[in-house]
Order: sequence, then structure tokens, then C-alpha cells
Amino acid sequence: MMAANTARSIRADLQLIADMIEPHSRLLDVGCGDGTLLEYLDRHKHVDGRGIEISTQGVDACVSAGLSVIQGNADTDLADYPDQAFDYVVLSQTLQAVQAPKTVLGHLLRIGRRAIVSFPNFAYWRLRWNLAARGRMPVSNSLPYQWYETPNIHFCTIKDFVELCDAMGITIERSISLDHKGTMRRIGSIVFFANLFGEHAVFLLSR
Amino acid sequence: MTVTQSRATERKDDRPLPGHRVRLGTDRPLRLGCGAELHDFPVAYQTYGSLNRDKSNAILVCHALTGDQFVAEPHPVTGKPGWWDLMVGPGKTLDTGRYFIICANIVGGCMGTAGPKENNPATDKRWGVDFPVITIGDMVGAQALLLDHLGIEQLFVVIGGSLGGMQVLQWAATFPERVFAAVPIATAAHHTAQNIAFHEVGRQAIMADPDWCGGDYESNGKNPHRGLAVARMAAHITYLSETALHRKFGRRLQDRKAVTYGFDADFQVESYLRHQGITFVDRFDANSYLYITRAMDYFDLTGEHGGVLANAFRGTKTRFCVFSFTSDWLFPTEESRKIVHALNAVAANVSFVEIESEDGHDSFLLEAPEFHRLLNGFLNGAAEHRGLPRAG
Repeated sequence: MMAANTARSIRADLQLIADMIEPHSRLLDVGCGDGTLLEYLDRHKHVDGRGIEISTQGVDACVSAGLSVIQGNADTDLADYPDQAFDYVVLSQTLQAVQAPKTVLGHLLRIGRRAIVSFPNFAYWRLRWNLAARGRMPVSNSLPYQWYETPNIHFCTIKDFVELCDAMGITIERSISLDHKGTMRRIGSIVFFANLFGEHAVFLLSR
Repeated sequence: MTVTQSRATERKDDRPLPGHRVRLGTDRPLRLGCGAELHDFPVAYQTYGSLNRDKSNAILVCHALTGDQFVAEPHPVTGKPGWWDLMVGPGKTLDTGRYFIICANIVGGCMGTAGPKENNPATDKRWGVDFPVITIGDMVGAQALLLDHLGIEQLFVVIGGSLGGMQVLQWAATFPERVFAAVPIATAAHHTAQNIAFHEVGRQAIMADPDWCGGDYESNGKNPHRGLAVARMAAHITYLSETALHRKFGRRLQDRKAVTYGFDADFQVESYLRHQGITFVDRFDANSYLYITRAMDYFDLTGEHGGVLANAFRGTKTRFCVFSFTSDWLFPTEESRKIVHALNAVAANVSFVEIESEDGHDSFLLEAPEFHRLLNGFLNGAAEHRGLPRAG
């Protein structure tokens, strides 16, 4: 709706998130980056969207595009929001960069009736291979940082995340993995294959 | 109510001020925060652009402590460009080709609206310090009466920096249904102890000037211009930053090769401040300065709402865009964050950006391309939601 007239295609994992969201819902995107998802949802699903973004460039891009975004931080700013204020709270590719992932996850499901969380799977076979065969911290297209400059401080695997959800009493409504070609697979009760072949994972969660 | 076009306060040369002046509170008085009432009082205002048919494109600009209604035209006293000339005009961020811009001189001011410089209708003499002490709420109350007069039910945007930002917050809290979007800039939900302290220095400078005559300088044929100039000099420092002062002046000397071992303005920064002080007294009333700084000191939207700022905005549908500037130490980013936190606590629609700038509190008045670009984005987004036509 805001900027471009032509429908812009978005990253596969963002598209997957977008497809989970009901039209006309209220949504908070935590770590919304340059606002790609918010803009897409605004235009295609008429979502009442808000965002939090830590980087100045990201906030700049969002507010310039007419999106409602505050400069803030998932670790410190989520505590302000009231319970159940949104239909969805999205945490896309941000979980691994926060100080306290468990606390943040708790806030997501306090603030939103549902949470959608996506993250890079650290048990993806190429990463395992890097570590096992080369003995080096993995650097890939989707994780392009060297260990000494990465903002990603809390990596986890799909299996780790499923276990955390269990421990926190969180219901996994849907879970999907994406391989390096963007092919989606439902994460079934046997997590093993998804954990090995999924480069990214997207979870739809509720209490 | 009656409108008198192009007739406002008399100036030194007795020519009327440009703009409009209307008498408000004629049917019902304006009840002030202090308990007093203002009956049949003048409000001087200026407008730019034109109001659309469904009256949905009005933007109220709230001016700061020493500002006035002459936002985007040469000042009638000083001849200098309007104080927000960079922001308001055809094709500018507040585009007068799209929006109807209104700016009213605040209650307590000295450019034609009711204040200590105007006559008390009961005595037909200047109010002076008999004028009731006013609040930010009173300024906003008078502006609301002006909107009634203009037949504007809802403002598209209320915008202002500093004291203007306080008015924006007060507007959003008091008349949420009349504010589609609110842009508080470089402001706070309450005046801090440090800021009250600076204001007190300014007021004491004015009142210590023997020409102040207990506030009755007019009938004594005097003007406490020295006190007012000192107040302005002290305040002006707080509007800048050390970086800005260093960049502008450093330790450079004023028209001399060496210090003179005296108390002349040896340094450029002294000369600059003296100039700021001297030129200010030509256009500003000393008693007005007392009243307006007091109104800012009393401002406490948090206190008014039981110590919980969020209560001021509960249920609000207004779209907010809060701006702060990195080098502003008078209204630091932390104060803006408090506003944003309160708005988040009621899940309000809010954007917030801290703009990188070296120019201190005054940044919002100066060239700041990033600020203008972001504000423009916010306005376009809001205009689309309000159903206003796209920028041509």
C-alpha cells in the first residue's frame, strides 16, 4: 500500500510468516528491520501493524515509508506492552540476537494471543559440516558474520526450540522448516530430519 | 464571536500585525487551570494554505517559548524569516499546497493573544502580573476554542517542539478524538528539576532588573530589557550543545587579536549571546516570559494522571510520531522514551526516532534532512490513513 505499486516478492521465510496471519489483525513485529514484512502485510492483508527495530537505518526506512515503528530493543522494550494487546507478535530472525531469549519468548505470548518466531537452525547439516570437518565457526549466506563480530549471541537448533516451548508450556500450532532452496517442510513429531535439513524454521505459537 | 482580519496588537510603529485575530470565550469563558476564567479574550493566529471541503487537512503548529504565530513569513517586528520557514511552505514537509496550517499565539504570549501585555477588559489597563498564571492546558483550551470558531472538528495533525511538544501531548490527552495524528518533538511529559532551575534563573534575572517595577514597567515608562536579555542569554545556552558552540565559536576572539584584560565581549561566543539577548527584547515581553516559563514548569502530564503517564493516553486512536535529538540535553531522548513507553503501555500507534544531530535542543528548528524525511514519511502514511489525496 505504501511505497511501490507493483507487488514485491518477499523472502521465503517472510512469505511463510505472512501466510500465517489473518487479514485485518493487529500485529507487532519485533526486530522489523527495514519493514519489508510490515509493508507487505499492510498492503496485502490490511493489518494494523507496529514495529520495534534497534538499528537506526531500519527505523529510518520504516518511518519514511509511513510504517509505525519505534526505535527500541526486544530485551528492554517488550515489558512495557500490555497483556494480549495484539493478535500476533512476530519475532523474525531476531531470537538469536537477543540477550534473554526465554524472557523475550514469554513476553511475545503475553503481549500477543499468538507468536510467530523464525530463526536459523544451528543444527542444519551444512553448519554441522563446517564445524565438524573444518573445525571453524560456520559462516554462510544466511549467517554471514565472523564469530567476533556477529550480533547473533544465542543460537539454537529446531530441537532446542521445541524443547524450550515444551518446558514453557507453549503450544506449537504449526512449525515449518525451510531448506536452502526455500522448500518448506512441516516439522513433524520426529524432529530429527527437520533439524538436519532445515536451514530456517518458522513456528506459530500460542499459550 | 467576531473576527477582525489584519488587526492585532499595536506595535511600536502602531501598524497592525498581519494575520487574524478573534475574540473567544464570548459565549462561555475559558476556565483556567488556576481556577480563574477568561471571558471575551483575543487570540491572534496565522494560517497558510487552504482548508479542504471536509475540513480534514488542518495541521495545528504549536509554537515554543519564544515563538509566535509567524511560522512561515518574515517576522513583523524583526523582519527575519519565519521560525519554521524550513518546515512550512509550498512543497516543504508541512506542504501548504496540501495542508491547512494554523498557528496561534499561545495564551500568555505577547503577539496579540491574551497575556500580560494585553489590556484587562475589567480595568482597560495592561494586565501585567495581574494576569492569571496559565498552564499548558489553558493554551490548548484556547486553541480548541479557536478550532470551534474555525469549524474544524478534528485536526489532521498537531505538531510542535519543546513547549510546542508539551501542547501536542496535552492535546492528545485532553481531546484525543480531535487529534488524528500527533507529533511531539524534543519534549517531555513533565518539566524536569533541571529545566525548572534554568527557568528560575531567567525569571530572577528579569525580576532583579529595577526596571521591572514589580511587573508594572509599562505604566512607569520602563522596560526590564537588561533582565530579559540575561534571561534569554542563559536560556539560549541550553538550546545549543557544547559541540555546536565549539564548532561555531571555539575560543575565537571577537574583532581583536588578543584578550583585552577587561570585561568587554572578548570572545565571539560572548558577543553572540549579547546579540541574542539584545535582539530578543525588541520582540518579547518580559512578563510573558515569566508566565510562559511558569506554565512549562507546572506541566506534569504524569502527575495529572495519578503518576502513570499511560493513563493520559488510554484508549487513544491517535497516531503518534515522537522525535528526539541525540545532542539535546535540555529535553533528552530519555524523556521522549518515557512518552513512547507510556504509549506502548496502551498499545497506541506510535513511531519513535532519535535523530543524530549536533545542534542540541534547537535541532528541530534547523536544517535536519533526516528529521524532515522521516516526518514526511510519517505524514504521508497518516494522510493515506486519513483519506487525504497523495502528494501531487
